[in-house]
This record gives sequence, C-alpha cells and structure tokens, in this order.
Amino acid sequence: MSDGQTKQFGKSQRVVPADKAQKWYPVDDQSQPKKVRKTLRPAKVRETLVPGTILILLAGRFRGKRVILLKSLDQGVLLVTGPFKINGVPLRRVNARYVIATSKRVDISGVDAKAVEKISAPGYFTKDKKAEKKTEEAFFKQGEKAEKKVVASARASDQKAVDQAILASIKKEDFLGSYLATTFSLRNGDKPHEMKW
Amino acid sequence: MADIDVKVSSWKLVEVGRLVLIRSGPFEGKLAAIVEIVDHRRVLVDGPSTEEQKIVPRHVLPLAHATLTHFTIPQLPRAAGTGPVKKLWAKNEIDGKWAKSSFAQRSERSERRKNLSDFERFKVLRLRKQARYEVQKSHAKARAANKS
Repeated sequence: MSDGQTKQFGKSQRVVPADKAQKWYPVDDQSQPKKVRKTLRPAKVRETLVPGTILILLAGRFRGKRVILLKSLDQGVLLVTGPFKINGVPLRRVNARYVIATSKRVDISGVDAKAVEKISAPGYFTKDKKAEKKTEEAFFKQGEKAEKKVVASARASDQKAVDQAILASIKKEDFLGSYLATTFSLRNGDKPHEMKW
Repeated sequence: MADIDVKVSSWKLVEVGRLVLIRSGPFEGKLAAIVEIVDHRRVLVDGPSTEEQKIVPRHVLPLAHATLTHFTIPQLPRAAGTGPVKKLWAKNEIDGKWAKSSFAQRSERSERRKNLSDFERFKVLRLRKQARYEVQKSHAKARAANKS
C-alpha cells in the first residue's frame, strides 16, 4: 500500500491513506481459477501400428479402404498411402483412433526413407495461399466453367516415388493387390468386437 | 397271429460307458465317459484323453450340462478308476472316432474360421468364388451335353 499524505484536522494531523479500505466485503466468495493439472504429452502409438501394417480406415472420405501405414507422426496422426494406383488413396494423414490395424504386414523396407521424411515434415500437407484474390469478375465467371483442380506435380511425383517399392512387394503375394483394392464392410451377423483382424 | 418284431431301441442312454460332450463349465467342449450314475440328474464322469489338452478330470457332472453322444465304451466296469478307463479309452480309439464325427469336424472348422485374420477371410472369399465358378462351369457343360 502506498503511503498517503498527512492531513491537518483541526489541531491534530494524521496520515490519510491513498487508497481507502473498502467499507464492505463482497457478498460472494471470489472464485479461484482451477489449477490445470493436465499436460501436453506425446501421443502413445498403439503396439499394432507398426509401419507396413495394413489398416482399415473407418472415417472420412476414404472410409472402408484398406491402406498401408508408412509412419506414425506425432499427436496420434498416421501417414498412410493406398497405394494410389491400387485403391485411389493418396499419401494422407489419418487419425489413429479411426483405424483398425490388421495383422497383415507389407514389406516397406524398400521405400525411400528420405521421401517419407520430407512428406512427414510439418507443412507438407498445408494448402498454398492463393496468389490472386477473388475479384467480382472471377466470381461471376465461376458459373460458366468449373476450373479443374490441378494436383501439384511435386505431390504426384512423391506419391510415385513412395508407392513404387510398395507395389513391387505387394505383387509378390497372391490376392494381396485385390485385397487392398476392395473396401471393407460389415455383413449380416458380423460382430467386429469378436472378429480377429 | 402276426409276428410281432420287438427291437431294442436305439436311443442314446445314460449308462456307464456312455461318452458325453460337456457343454458348459470349465471343461466345455470336451469329451468324458460316464463312470457312475449318481442320481437322475448327475453322473460321475472321467475323461482321460490321450491328448494333454483334452483331459477331463474325474468329477460329478449335472446331466443338464452334457450332451449324450453316439459313442460308448462297451463293458466299462461300474465305478472304474481313471487307470482302467484310460486303458479302455485308448483301446476303443475314442479320440480318433470323435475327431472323425461330423460334430467335431464342424466345430473345429467353425473355430478355425472364427480365428481367421481379415486378409485370410478375404482369401477364403476369393478361393470359394473360384471353386464355385469351376463347379458351375462343368455343371453347365454337362447340362448342355444332356440337352442335345
């Protein structure tokens, strides 16, 4: 508390504090913010999620597809590939929670580690900012002819580089290619909690 | 007077020497022989199988937990000990006979099917399809040959 100034009251003088004590107490108790005991820990990867494992995707645009796990990134994100040529799933990040790991593994030792490293770096999948701003003219032009989405050639070449080795190892086993090409779905009487994967 | 043909019924009886399949409890799915009948609901069973994991120790089993099978150990003495039961079990080749029965084969197959992995399930699907295709092809050929 800062010192107040001394004031004269008649004959005597006393110190008047700069900020006075409050005349009343607040009716309610002041609420204390809760102490957060949670911490951000690195996500623990399931034991079954070993690179090379065939996964069944359960959510998103490619749900039901069987894909190959390339690498587990941080925060429970997995890097997977179709391979694109077999089932149309590109190099993609998926949530580890929405995935069933099967017991089938594919040999991915031939995959270029440098390419995977480059793809798994943060920022690889982020969208490029549009160079030109949308003008009014462009808005009206939209209705006339839809612009075709162009896949970045760098992405396509990365896809090819990664898939090449995987495709070679898939070819070695019978039925494996067609297995990856077909989507998974539950039939009548299937109990997923009782099934072995 | 017409001759009346009296035949012994071919029912499966609760009798000493009858083999039962245990349907619930810790020995579910295993085979045991009735050694002694305790009362109308319970029997003393013993299953000294030649295979280690199929052995059922001597115990009293409620008949409600058992299914009678077609197999018996003929002339099993009443209340025979585990030793003699084991000897007769081996002599009558009970394990071999049981493995050949349709029930045992069916249950083994369903157990195997249940434990297939996803990829194996897919392969079964495909191979069955291929087999079916071949069968239908030859069937169609035979039918066409018959017609003309």
